[in-house]
This record gives sequence, structure tokens and C-alpha cells, in this order.
Amino acid sequence: MSVLTLTIDEHPVSAKPDETLLDIAHQNDIDIPTLCHLDGLIDVGACRLCLVEIEGSPKLMPACTTRPQEGMVVRTNTDRLKKYRKMIIELLASEGNHQCAVCVVNNHCELQNLAYAVGLVYVRFPYLYPKKTLDATQESYIIDRDRCVLCTRCVRVCSEVEGAHVWDVAGRGISCEIVADMNQMWGDSDACTSCGKCVMVCPTGALIKKGANVAEMEKETDFLKYIVTARQKQEWVGEYLKEH
Amino acid sequence: MTVEELRAVAQREQLRKQNCKSRILTCQAAGCISCGSKETKDAIARGLKEQGLDKSTEVIGTGCMGLCGDGPLVIVEPEGTLYKQVDPLLGSRIVQEHLLNGNAITSHVIPPDDPFFASQQKIVLEHCGRISAERIEEYIAVGGYEALARVLTEYQPQQVVSEITKSGLRGRGGAGYPTGLKWGIVQKAVGDQKFVVCNADEGDPGAFMDRSVLEGDPHKILEGMAIAAYAVGSSQGYIYVRAEYPLAIERLRMAIKQAERFGLLGNRIFESKFNFRVDLRIGAGAFVCGEETALLKSIQGQRGTPRPRPPFPSESGLWGMPTLINNVETFANVPPIILRGSSWFASIGTPKSTGTKVFALAGKIKNTGLIEVPMGIPLRDIIFRIGGGTPEGTTFKAAQTGGPSGGCIPEEHLDLPVDYESLATVNSIMGSGGLIVMDSESRMVDVAKFFMEFSVDESCGKCIPCRVGTTHIHGLLEKISCGKATQEDLALLEELCVMVKETSLCGLGQSAPNPVLSTLRFFREEYTSVLKETERFIPSTSNEAATPHAS
Repeated sequence: MSVLTLTIDEHPVSAKPDETLLDIAHQNDIDIPTLCHLDGLIDVGACRLCLVEIEGSPKLMPACTTRPQEGMVVRTNTDRLKKYRKMIIELLASEGNHQCAVCVVNNHCELQNLAYAVGLVYVRFPYLYPKKTLDATQESYIIDRDRCVLCTRCVRVCSEVEGAHVWDVAGRGISCEIVADMNQMWGDSDACTSCGKCVMVCPTGALIKKGANVAEMEKETDFLKYIVTARQKQEWVGEYLKEH
Repeated sequence: MTVEELRAVAQREQLRKQNCKSRILTCQAAGCISCGSKETKDAIARGLKEQGLDKSTEVIGTGCMGLCGDGPLVIVEPEGTLYKQVDPLLGSRIVQEHLLNGNAITSHVIPPDDPFFASQQKIVLEHCGRISAERIEEYIAVGGYEALARVLTEYQPQQVVSEITKSGLRGRGGAGYPTGLKWGIVQKAVGDQKFVVCNADEGDPGAFMDRSVLEGDPHKILEGMAIAAYAVGSSQGYIYVRAEYPLAIERLRMAIKQAERFGLLGNRIFESKFNFRVDLRIGAGAFVCGEETALLKSIQGQRGTPRPRPPFPSESGLWGMPTLINNVETFANVPPIILRGSSWFASIGTPKSTGTKVFALAGKIKNTGLIEVPMGIPLRDIIFRIGGGTPEGTTFKAAQTGGPSGGCIPEEHLDLPVDYESLATVNSIMGSGGLIVMDSESRMVDVAKFFMEFSVDESCGKCIPCRVGTTHIHGLLEKISCGKATQEDLALLEELCVMVKETSLCGLGQSAPNPVLSTLRFFREEYTSVLKETERFIPSTSNEAATPHAS
């Protein structure tokens, strides 16, 4: 496989053609904020936080789905991008019912961290205060749609990694919601294995463990990398099965 | 079927037509049906029977004749007399006076030199309103499937691609991507199976070009798709048509069945090695499924949401295979290009935008309807010569092209030639061909609000800028419209519009702010005139307020 060289934020870097700009940036300690991206899941380019400027291209491209090209010149942190990232978080803050002070993941929340990172101190748009539902029918977990940012990590982890495909998106536009199975209560889902992967990958307090109190829950997403890598390398498959 | 058999069918049909003393064509497109053309057709048929003319005169239902505002329309052949506003009563009078006595009812005749028809040039709509959409023989009699026969017997696939490339045809779905280039990419792309998809998910408010073609001349689309499939090496096609077009779906189903029966779709078409099948896929009411990547997902049975490109569908489309997606009107241009040659097509229009464009005239205009004009025609000619201008007592204000993705064009730009590049200079787009005319009564803030409401409803919700951004843009427009907004709100609106335009995932989100940005560009005073004074907390400087602490 050939190796490419390109420039990200004035740093010359090397890349394999099948990596993404986000992979390459992370390898070189260049920080690009992300929300829908998670190592181990297929990228969808939906949150638009990782947009970067590419010289010669009029459009901003999401780093998570864009492949490198020889001689590409990428900028990840221009004033325009910083402004847009801040506005995206601002839009998210106005969209849901994000009350940090009474949230189980307060201080361990990716949305909160992103808001700090982009310097969001004030929301200029009116809060939409949507009427959302909370479903606590599952034995161990709760989904609180007030805090959902529709990153679809739960949808993807359940479908791609657990193979159950309990979650999906229903509705459209501003009324989109994450629903279980055919829009039924989570507790009634036959497909759900109660594995909790969706809860762990959720960036906010939308999917939480029962019994956790305010600011008590910390999410752990590293497990995903190990599962996915182990599967790719077939580390859990016996020597006999590998040969046959 | 062989080429000789095709020509025999054509001859038989032409002979049959000649044996008819006269033919009465009644428009049976959705527009005319809605004003009673089915009843008119029945009345004419009844009248013929009563007069004993039903053996020598044929009554057929056709596709759109164009002047929808004056429907139901009826043509009497061989004279070619066009009647407007034919209600059932007038229908039986036509039988009595025109057919029996030979006197046309002049009060309802539209003269052939009427500017509405005289300035048009029809390629896509050449058969629309002239043949029955429900009989394949009529299409074959006017040269249908002749282009496919020629391609399969005389051309190598590469020649087809270069013929389309030389014609300069560009995608009629809106963006104007060179069709020949797209075909060439799919042809060269590597894949076990390739697909040809016809995008018939026309959803712009006020646009009905594709519907009219599907309802009036469905075989032309099938033929265009088959030629494309031969060129790129595909054997399976899909037509993705929106569920809101039941008549188009019915006629397409009928057309596919007939073409299969005649061996014009299926295996070994014209005794060649070429196989091609077409299946219909019906949309479920989502505007976003007109975006190509969302459309492909919908065909695959998934939730119709766009994905980032690249990879483009021409490399990785349906089930990861190279897929050619073209719009209805694009496919409709293909058979005439093959039959009459690329240089003929390239001579029409402007050097960079060749051929013609179909527009659906709607809004505050006298002649609402469907027109086809050569590219490069000034917008003024479309609106005032063909469209007849705005209704009495009102003046023209702006024309909106490109639906919710396009922009408003004001009076001062009316002499702009209608082609892809010129429309882009005024922040509008060619779009699929909806043209909505607004008169002095229209408030531009409300126009922008209308289109934004559409975008809010139709956003798929996948990416944040479009999902939340359009909601707030609509909210800010609402605030401006009812006089509660300040200068800061207007500044925020502009900032948000640019942000949504630059950061949204798909073309729909990226173009959703266009109606706001273009009305702001040309009608800014309509926004600023309704702003109120900035609300600011101003600390009181009067003594009463200041003294309590001081004293």
C-alpha cells in the first residue's frame, strides 16, 4: 500500500490511503473536536464539528469521512471553523433540555466538555424546550430523550457491534427521536440484550445506568476499540476455526 | 423484437391513425383532470356515439398540453385546433359544430401563433399532449424506441457516451453536472453489477415538470434509461417516483408492462446481448429522498438520509455498486440526441448550457402551465411573452427559481439569460424547473418564511446545522415578520444562514438558506423596515434613581 504525505495545520504528516483525516490528525496530536465519531463505529459525518478546510476546495469537509490525498493541505483550526464549531454547540444547547446541574453525567459529559472547549458561555438562540419522553422500563438503564443530541452512536453500536439493532431514528427534522425496536417501550424490546453498550457510548446523559445520582456516572468508551480490534484480528477465534 | 418488427408496428399504427377521419386529443394530465377533463372526455365520446361518428373518430387521453391554467384542453386533429376550458357541455358542442358542421367554436380556440406556444421549442415534451400515454404503439409510431434500436445495432457503448458528451447535455435535476461525464465515470467504474436510477422524486413546491413527462410520455424515460444502461453496462434500472404522483406511477407501471411484452425491456433486446429490466420504487413522502445518496438508501429499504460524498454514487451507489443517477428530464433528452445527433442538440441553447429546459410556471402569472424553452432565453421572455405577465392590476416583483434551494430574481435582473452560470451569478439556481412568480402584493419576508417552513418540515434531522439551524432561521423570520425583531436578530439571522449553508451535510441543507439570503440581497429594506428599536437596558441617569444610595 502506498504512503501519502500531506500537510495538516502547517505540519507535514504521512498517511495511508484508507485512513481518514481525523485518524491522521489524532496520530499527530492535532485536536479536532468530534461528537458523532467514536473509534470502532462507522462514521456518518453528521455532527459537522470535525469540518476542516482543504486548500482548493470551496466546501468544508468532515475530517471523519474524508480520505487523504497526496499533497493535500488541510487546516483544522481557522477562525471560521472555530466560529462554526461554537455555533454547532450553541444550536445543540438550544435544541434539547440540557440541565447540567441535575444530570447524572454532569462533569463527565462530552457535550459539556465541548461547550467548554469551544468557549460557549451564552446561547443567542431561544431555547426550544421540546416535549420529550423518558423511558425507564428497561431493567438496568434509562433513556432520557431530553438530553439526546442524535449523534446515533447508540444506533450504530447496537447494530454494528452488538448486532441487535434495537435503536433507530424515527421522525424527521427537529422532531427526530431515538426509538427502541418498532417505536415501543425499551423494556418491551425482545431484541435488547441489556448489554449496555449504548449507555456507555452515549456522549451525554441521554442513556444512563439506573441508580446513579447527579454527577455520579462516568462513561467508558475504550472497550469498543478492544472489541472491534479483537474481532478484526480474530483474537477470540480458536486456531482450528481460523484455519477452517 | 427485431428492428423490422418495430418498424412494422409503427407502420400499422400510422395506418390506423390515417384511417381515422379525425382524432380528438383530451389532456388527461393531473392538472386538467383536476378541472374535469375526464368528464369532458366522456361527454365527447358520448356525443360521437350519438352522432354515429364513433367509428371514424378516435378520442384519446394524452399527457400535459402545457397551458394548465386554461384547462381542460382539447385538440381536434387533423386540423390541430386547440380548445381551452372545455367543459362537458362545450365538449358535446365541439362534436356537433366542429366535427359535424365543420365550424370551429372560435371563442374557445387558442390560435397556433399564441405567444404561449410560439416561443417554445419542444424536445423533452415533443410527444407530451400529442400521443396517448397508455399505448406503446402510439409512442412507437412517432419514432419511439428507434434510438434504442440504433444504439443496440450500430453503436459501441463508448460511442454512446461520447455522443452524449458532445451534445453538452447537463443534468436537469438542478446542479447541471455534465451528463456525458457522469456516464463515462460509471462506464469506467469497476463493479460486478451496475445500476441505472431515474430520480423522479420531484418535490419542490410549484414544480411539476417531471410529473408531466412521466404522465404524458413514460416510454421516453424507459428508452432513455435503456440507452444509458447500454452505455454504462448495466442490466437493472430503478425509477424512484414519489408516492404523491399516483397517475405517474400507474402510467409507468403500464408502460413497463407494455415494453416488456414487446420485448423492449427484458432479455436480448433487439436480438442483441443487452438485457435490461426496470423496477419502480415508490417514495414515502420525504423530500430529502430527492438527494441522490438518500434516494439510494431509500431504494435499499433504509431510512432515507444523505451521506457524505465522496464516494459518489457513480463509484459506490446501490449496494456499493457503481450507479448512474439522472433526473427524468435528463433521460428524456437522450433519445432525441441519439436520433438527431449531438451537434443538432448542441446548436440549441448557449455554448455552456445546451438544449432546452422545461419550466413549470406558477404563482402570480396569467398563463400558468408547463413550458419548454431553449436555454439562454431571457427570463423576461418567459414571464412576459410566454407567461403573459402578472394578472391585471398588479406589477411584477420577483421570480423564484429552484424552489426551496433557489433564490428570488428581481425586476432589474429580468434580462438575465436562463442558463446554469447566469442564474448562479444572482445566487439562484436553475433547479429542477419550478418558476414561481410574485407580484407587488407578495411580502418577501413571508416568501422566505414559506420556503424555510418547508425546509424545517423536510429536514431529515441527520446533521445539526440543518436540523436545528433551519428551525431557528424560521423562528427569526417569524419574529421579523411580526415586527418583534431587532437589528441584532437580523445580524444573527444572516450569520446563521451562512453557517447552515457552509456546514450542512447535503445539498438540501446547504441550499436551504438561499431563499433568505437572496431576498436579503435584493429586498433588504423589507427586512429592515419592520425592525424595532434595539432593546437595551439603559441605566437611569435621573436623580431619583441614583440618590437613594448616594444619600
